Amino acid sequence: MRIAILADIHGNLEAFHACLEHAKARGAERIALLGDLVGYGADPEAVLELAIALVAAGAIAVLGNHDEAAIGAGAGGMNDMAAAAIAWTRPRLTPEHRRFLSGLPLTVEEEGCLFVHADASAPERWRYVADAEAARRSMEATHAHVTVCGHVHRPALYSLGETGKLTPFVPVGGAPVPLAHGRRWLAVLGAVGQPRDRNPAACYLMLETSPMQATWHRVPYDVAGAAAKIRAAGLPLGLAERLLLGR
Amino acid sequence: MLHEGGMAVLMSVTRPGDDLPMLMKVPRLREGEDPAAIVSFEMEQMIMPRLSGPHVPRFIALGGFEAEPFIVMERIQGAPLSVRLRDLPLPAEEVAHIGAAVADALDALHHQHVVHLDVKPANILFREDGTAVLVDYGLAHHEQLPDLMAEEFRLPYGTTPYMAPEQALGIRNDPRSDIFSLGALMYQLATADLPFGEPQHLKGVKRRLWRDPVPPRRRRSNIPPWLQEAILRCLEVDPDARYPTAAQLAFDLRHPEEVSLTHRAGKMRRDGFLTVMRRRLRQRDPQHRAFATARQVQAAPILAVALDFGEMSEELAEALRNQMQKMLGSRPGARLACLNVLKSNLLSIDTTLDDQGRNRHVQRLVELRHWARPLGLPEARVTFHVLEGADAADAILGYARANRVDHLVLGARASSLQRRLLGSVSGKVAAEAPCSVTVVRRRGPE
Repeated sequence: MRIAILADIHGNLEAFHACLEHAKARGAERIALLGDLVGYGADPEAVLELAIALVAAGAIAVLGNHDEAAIGAGAGGMNDMAAAAIAWTRPRLTPEHRRFLSGLPLTVEEEGCLFVHADASAPERWRYVADAEAARRSMEATHAHVTVCGHVHRPALYSLGETGKLTPFVPVGGAPVPLAHGRRWLAVLGAVGQPRDRNPAACYLMLETSPMQATWHRVPYDVAGAAAKIRAAGLPLGLAERLLLGR
Repeated sequence: MLHEGGMAVLMSVTRPGDDLPMLMKVPRLREGEDPAAIVSFEMEQMIMPRLSGPHVPRFIALGGFEAEPFIVMERIQGAPLSVRLRDLPLPAEEVAHIGAAVADALDALHHQHVVHLDVKPANILFREDGTAVLVDYGLAHHEQLPDLMAEEFRLPYGTTPYMAPEQALGIRNDPRSDIFSLGALMYQLATADLPFGEPQHLKGVKRRLWRDPVPPRRRRSNIPPWLQEAILRCLEVDPDARYPTAAQLAFDLRHPEEVSLTHRAGKMRRDGFLTVMRRRLRQRDPQHRAFATARQVQAAPILAVALDFGEMSEELAEALRNQMQKMLGSRPGARLACLNVLKSNLLSIDTTLDDQGRNRHVQRLVELRHWARPLGLPEARVTFHVLEGADAADAILGYARANRVDHLVLGARASSLQRRLLGSVSGKVAAEAPCSVTVVRRRGPE
């Protein structure tokens, strides 16, 4: 089974389309959406419509903190740009969009993997898994052989050996990494809609389940088009600029 | 059962309908075993399926740790290099021959993103045609895979004599560490002595960060200067001072007369107290640097330019120089081989003297040097070769294959009429070369 796992789409329809097409061409049989469908980007409605259709067709989806903020009371803990984007997004959502988002679970366990938006030890707290210690906390809280999360916007892979040694690794785009039995793995996705590792190309993960193997793909998309839409929508200009820089 | 080592058991296995000799490697997983042995086996399981080519055993199958773990691979028929240790010291030509074969294997590995990190006689086997095969990837580093062995600091038996100094500091991603190990191995083959002894602990390995070995020629005075030059260049403490790539080392070992000799070649005693002290103080603060294994290897390519003096106009000669300048300029590790083909005539009895009685070979070398002079390359970066053959394209192709040339540059024949009558050398070379080919042509009149 090949699962294409996409996180942090953030209302970026161009990047979402490009990744889905890339995954389809590489034989993806299933889609998993790991949260933050909205926020930052100029196309929350179209992204949600597409996500709803994918889930109706069997895709896995979990909730992200921006999704929660967009349907909840406020944007507590978010920076100004993120909060402004949520305030811009919220009135654009239809009741159906809200129903869809409010129905999303915090975690899904399938195909031997745990899917979650952020730290699996307390999914509702939206803590970043940005270093080895955070990865250890997330892994030690569950029994999953493979955990996949997003939220950080920078690809990473952590491996926990039987002796308790944790090995961090920054995956190389397009190079498959076998996730062997006998140790546990935490794969952090790069972002589809707002990469922050100085590479503006969209990022998603292709996971093969037997044997378990993970490939982070980098997909070029119409960054200029997505940025122009952000400017035209009156969203904070910094959100357009960071797409072009990948940070 | 073939072998029972400290870390793993090797068994000869067969598969119905397949007559490839095969080997099964099973790790020893007894209670109280070193956990690093398991990690090392996991690493080998990750790396081996990704390797290909004649310099590695063909990967057949593996079983994961969910059941009984194993790796099945091709069984190399030849003996390991360790059996030759009985016959030391070996003559210089044989040391260079073995060294070049192992350097070829390392070059192939480095291009596949892998640093072996355990180059020693027991891990080097030879196929029947002389191709060197590197085995045991339990200590290796793959730049596209998580490095599970990082910080394990396990010292497998027999590894310390060959280990690069930076490995003792935990640096695992520099392909030039393998070049150091090969240098230590060639030192042993040539002198029958280990350059740094066989320390039992990491602390002893660290000594080589500041203490240089006794020069090989001091141990065996019949070792030629070019071989000492090559060995000591491999054994430089600073990786930047070593050969930038294994391919460049192989190149020197195959062209002893072209090795550019430095102070290393004539050195007869170890460095003095002050030099050693200075190195020791400097090494207190080791630098961890980020490398991209394959990209670093690609940054120091072997370039070759083929020149045909018979029909090359001065404009084309200049255009070829400009092209080389561009290709060499941004890459200080790159080196250039200048080639010329001396046509040997199959029908008449060849003489190396031309009508005026001059040595044609020498004359061509002089012309090659003359062409290259404006490039201003130091002696260590440029070599000159007159090839002989009935077919220029075949001679150039053979050279490129044997010397692992990364990029060939040739000039195009001046007129399309000549091309039609004489055939296109560049066309054939471009079609059949094992590497990139650039054909330089002057822009014709409008």
